[in-house]
Amino acid sequence: MPIDILMPALSPTMEEGTLSKWLKKEGDSVASGDVIAEIETDKATMEVEAVDEGTVGKLMVPEGSEGVPVNAVIAVLLNDGETVADIGTETPAATPAATAAEPVAAAVEPAAPVAAAPAAPSVPSDPDIPAGTEMVPTTVREALRDGMAEEMRADGDVFIMGEEVAEYQGAYKITQGLLQEFGARRVVDTPITEHGFAGVGVGAAMAGLKPIVEFMTFNFAMQAMDQIINSAAKTHYMSGGQMTAPIVFRGPNGAAARVAAQHSQCYASWFSHVPGLKVVMPYTAADAKGLLKAAIRDPNPVIFLENEIIYGHTFDVPKMDDFVLPIGKARIHRTGNDVTIVSFGIGMTYAEKAADELAGMGIEAEVIDLRTIRPMDLPTVIESVKKTGRLVTVEEGFPQSSVGTEIATRVMQQAFDYLDAPVLTVAGKDVPMPYAANLEKLALPNVAEVVDAVKAVTYTA
Amino acid sequence: MAPRKSAASSSRRTGATNSTKSRSAKTAKPAIGAQVAEFDREQELEVYREMLLIRRFEEKAGQLYGMGFIGGFCHLYIGQEAVVTGIQLAMKDGDQLITGYRDHGHMLAAGMSPRGVMAELTGRQAGYSRGKGGSMHMFSREKNFYGGHGIVGAQVPLGTGVAFANRYRDNGNVSLAFFGDGAANQGQVYESFNMAELWQLPVIFVVENNRYAMGTSVSRASAQTDFSQRGVSFNIPGHKVDGMDVRAVKAAALSALDYARSGKGPVILEMMTYRYRGHSMSDPAKYRTKDEVQKMRSEHDPIEQVKVRLLEKGWASEEELKAIDKEVRDIVADSAEFAQTTPEPDPSELYTDIVL
Repeated sequence: MPIDILMPALSPTMEEGTLSKWLKKEGDSVASGDVIAEIETDKATMEVEAVDEGTVGKLMVPEGSEGVPVNAVIAVLLNDGETVADIGTETPAATPAATAAEPVAAAVEPAAPVAAAPAAPSVPSDPDIPAGTEMVPTTVREALRDGMAEEMRADGDVFIMGEEVAEYQGAYKITQGLLQEFGARRVVDTPITEHGFAGVGVGAAMAGLKPIVEFMTFNFAMQAMDQIINSAAKTHYMSGGQMTAPIVFRGPNGAAARVAAQHSQCYASWFSHVPGLKVVMPYTAADAKGLLKAAIRDPNPVIFLENEIIYGHTFDVPKMDDFVLPIGKARIHRTGNDVTIVSFGIGMTYAEKAADELAGMGIEAEVIDLRTIRPMDLPTVIESVKKTGRLVTVEEGFPQSSVGTEIATRVMQQAFDYLDAPVLTVAGKDVPMPYAANLEKLALPNVAEVVDAVKAVTYTA
Repeated sequence: MAPRKSAASSSRRTGATNSTKSRSAKTAKPAIGAQVAEFDREQELEVYREMLLIRRFEEKAGQLYGMGFIGGFCHLYIGQEAVVTGIQLAMKDGDQLITGYRDHGHMLAAGMSPRGVMAELTGRQAGYSRGKGGSMHMFSREKNFYGGHGIVGAQVPLGTGVAFANRYRDNGNVSLAFFGDGAANQGQVYESFNMAELWQLPVIFVVENNRYAMGTSVSRASAQTDFSQRGVSFNIPGHKVDGMDVRAVKAAALSALDYARSGKGPVILEMMTYRYRGHSMSDPAKYRTKDEVQKMRSEHDPIEQVKVRLLEKGWASEEELKAIDKEVRDIVADSAEFAQTTPEPDPSELYTDIVL
């Protein structure tokens, strides 16, 4: 029976890729280990090796095809004695044995090809963007890179350091091209030594430079926690205002896909606990760019929490010479009168979809993207609650001492009379992130939970 | 306090060599650590006065602690005065200092005012950190003193980062990161060693080996007790120095500073020293004998050594030295008086200086 070669997942979060080149043509014989194709992901170009041997019967996807979903059949391999006629019309279910490369992740339901990165909802009322500004569709990945490059062009004291930021072009390709433009003096590859290079960055900041320290993920920043908290956050206060640490710690935060407990934690609430830090967690590409530029200019240590899954999402970014957003200001992402949903970062993906579903039920949700966790723009939340009387928070982090519980506490204290229902918090489950696909899904919040929470606070359940 | 200067000495060398290398050739200059700078009368009097200021200041701080004017942790530098004094003499304007929590001596040597330091110890508005830092957390941008850090070893990456900034700006300055034999076992110290040598950063790692990490002796805590050799696996040259002899400290520091300033990368200086007091004010120091302390005091005291030389060479009389002592005591008494009478921070200071 012919063997289907499937589009492989080449990273934990890959959902689709470009089949840039076939290295075998129909009729060629293939041995296990032969490179058969080159596939381009948003992060890198990878070679795909054959697992099985046989003869290439049919190439199902032409060279240069973009947006080929993971697990789509890209070629069919014939065994001895089989011919092209043996290739059935019915596509057999994908089995591990039939894949060309080991599927690294199955975060995506094979049966439901995921649409390309969702287009951003328009943000017509953003007061930070002048009316009539040309908008350019941009991925969060590009927006972050553009923001850093602009600031590095503008200020020679700005430099970036971290693991694989220079020659490798970034573990997640956020620093792509920066080494080429700014050179090794300002784009510094570090050894794998988070505690050490975080401290070196803080020391350089105390001496007046403006470092951007990239953590490959914030999970590894745990190694550097002492330097972030004790050296960066507290020095301004402890020195009576003499010493500052104008530094940005940035990198992906939270769960990616199927990387399990040690690589899947949201640190928003941890860092937001500490006076002396600013904590930013953008969702859209425009916010990512505008807030990263602001973070680099900020004279304080700023924790800038990104998300690997959102890196590839495309949003409109205003075409402006110097688009900088204020840290500490939430953005009303969608207006509504029936309930307020507050979220940030990847939590916004659940909030947005829930708001769409709720609209179908006649419930108009106002969705607020907090954008900055510390200092927190509570006035914007409270203004909305005064209108809606109901509040639901959404985040991926653990539920105890979460950002949502902080919001709930403060709203209870400051706007109690406006609440028509208890504040409900939707968060990740109170468990270390499991590996199994089904358990991981259960551990994360989902749209249905947000919808249910809204129904509960609007008494429409 | 004397300003920083690039005092030349007759034993100044142009480059450093690893003191572990053979020294058999008679014509070879002695290795770093084995040299002793020649001091003239003025220099001897200067270091005498400076070390005495640190000692009298620390004695007074201990006294004020006992009286309840100073709270929290208070780590005294008594016995170790020659280390920072000798190094300070070798530094140039623009070079930076950073250390841990036993930092009063470093601040005085850097030229920070005794009043400002003492007022910080008593938690007053006029202190260097407006009363918000205390003994372990003081800074002076003006004097290039980068703290004053309370977490054991954390100052080592920070000082390495200051050196990173020096190299980034190519400003010719060298950063000096001080830490103790206890901090020398922290992992981040070695992360710093690696990056400093990898990037050839202008930093001197000064290990003040006072033989006890709080109550644990070096031999009970360290597999390799020769801290000058802790950089071997990173190719960082290291030198053991008599940290009780201010002349040896200065000579070693001059060579090390030349080496680092010339772009050759970091150097480790292990200063063999001793603290007479407990780890902090609350430490009864039962882990060592009184005889051990007494022996160090009577045979190796850094200040006494200078005093003996001054008297033997006829460079100063007992009366002149007493006059210096009185002058120093007056400065310290003034700082103590100031620190007890100047006001505490205004309550509004609680919420200032958190973020800019």
